[in-house]
Amino acid sequence: MDYINAIILLLNFTILPALTYGSQLALGAIFVTLIYGILRFANFATGDMMSFGTMFAVLLTYYFQSIGLSLGFLPTALLTIPIAIFMMIFYMLIIDKFVFSYYRIKKSPPVQLAMVSVGVMFVTQAIIRIIIGPSDRRFLDGEKFILKATEFKQMTGLNEGLTIKSTQIITIVVTIVVVSIMFWFLNKTKTGTSMRAYSDNEDLALLSGIDPKKVVLITWIIAGILATIGGVLYGLDKSYRPFVYFNNMLPIFAAAIVGGIGNPYGAFLGGYVIAFAEIFLTYAYKKFFGYILPETLEPNSLVQLLSTDYKFAISFSILVIVLLFRPSGIFEGKKI
Amino acid sequence: MAFFEGNKMTAGYGDGPDIITSCSLNVNRGEIVAILGPNGAGKSTAMKSLLGLLKLKSGYVKINDEDISKLSPQDRVKKGISFVPQTKNVFAELTVQENLEIGAFLREDDIQSVISEIYELFPILSEKKSQIVGELSGGQRQQVALGRALMIKPSVLMLDEPTAGVSPIVMDELFEHIIKIKKTNVAVIMVEQNAKQALSISDRGYVLVTGQNKFEGSGEDLLNDPEVRRSFLGV
Repeated sequence: MDYINAIILLLNFTILPALTYGSQLALGAIFVTLIYGILRFANFATGDMMSFGTMFAVLLTYYFQSIGLSLGFLPTALLTIPIAIFMMIFYMLIIDKFVFSYYRIKKSPPVQLAMVSVGVMFVTQAIIRIIIGPSDRRFLDGEKFILKATEFKQMTGLNEGLTIKSTQIITIVVTIVVVSIMFWFLNKTKTGTSMRAYSDNEDLALLSGIDPKKVVLITWIIAGILATIGGVLYGLDKSYRPFVYFNNMLPIFAAAIVGGIGNPYGAFLGGYVIAFAEIFLTYAYKKFFGYILPETLEPNSLVQLLSTDYKFAISFSILVIVLLFRPSGIFEGKKI
Repeated sequence: MAFFEGNKMTAGYGDGPDIITSCSLNVNRGEIVAILGPNGAGKSTAMKSLLGLLKLKSGYVKINDEDISKLSPQDRVKKGISFVPQTKNVFAELTVQENLEIGAFLREDDIQSVISEIYELFPILSEKKSQIVGELSGGQRQQVALGRALMIKPSVLMLDEPTAGVSPIVMDELFEHIIKIKKTNVAVIMVEQNAKQALSISDRGYVLVTGQNKFEGSGEDLLNDPEVRRSFLGV
């Protein structure tokens, strides 16, 4: 029995990847929840909007590499994020002006706006395929590992190695910074408070002199920042493939709904709930039990609850269970 | 010449029939005016017309002798007209303090002194300032709603059934607050169901029937008018 090795094993293969993946989902889920809370519709173009922002980061990374611009040991993509965010916000505002605002002014029911967002999703997908194509792209450069398995083994003398990828640390640190700034903005500034007020009671917000145009504008700006950063972090950590971003919409929506849709704190935590559930349920525990059980009890099979092919089924099941038993989300607390 | 007046207002919803026809109301600073009448008489509609939530078909609304008939509700708020709707009149998910801050959204100057004035007027809010408004009692929420409306330091305060759904004790308390507000030189205009109590604190009252002025006079006169008593006060 060897608990230290067992813990390192879990840390390396489940906890660290889940924290990373959870952060990426959390950014997407906050995006969904903000749009739902303030603009009052489920935005089905979420995955593709994240993809759209990331596309600019990928293209700009290639360009910066070609002119020899880099951030040293950090990925060049981090340098491109501000420009990518700018392009993303620009695209979102154009879409809003020519598509969403028409239905908003007409006061269309939310389901109609959701259907409109499906249309936006298809158009965005097509634009992405025209500009960059559907293929898989890696755009990570700089130092790949902060700690390599072999180095860790040498340092500690353990059997199990712990690998810390630079993208994991970047993801977690950037997420914490971005989300903290966003919550500070929503809770402590006058504009943030006015956005929460608008989300809570639109008519009274208008009577108090809050300008709905400004609220919508700032919502799209925050959404653009979250979508681009979330998308770039995911792309750096895995790879950039438009279809995968579209697929990610399911876990992202699941995270937003688990957290109680309209509640950004819930969406943030919901991202981790979904990520941990997906990774814990699809991890093969054979080696782990090998460490903690006596040799005689060592399992023969992989001890994997579900094949990784079923990871979307997990988000989907969580989504259904939450909607059946706790439709307002598993976290108590105030809405945006 | 009254400070705030709606003169011969005719209005309805969309293309529907006129709900109020040639209805005139006015109020001066430091005065409470009650609008009374049976259900469907157009009390709330008259108030919405004064606020600009409905477009007038004819007539005008003037404040301080300035015609504001064409202004949007938001622009009327800037002129110092504050409104407390009957329902959904607070931000239930925000704290008491945040509700007051949003009330002063249009003010650029330091709002801390106004907030402390509101806390002086409604001491209970001061104790609960960081509590979520949705967790407060009905009477306290009504006080938050009044406080929010007072944050722009209005010259006209319009209240749509401020005492709907609260207990008689809370109702008396709210009326006392409304009298205090009036003493700060605000023109108060309110629609009320509790006609007797409303008239007893009002300087003047209007009784509307089918969208038209039926009776008007001082609170006392209306209370003592046999026809008003028989038809609307149930005595």
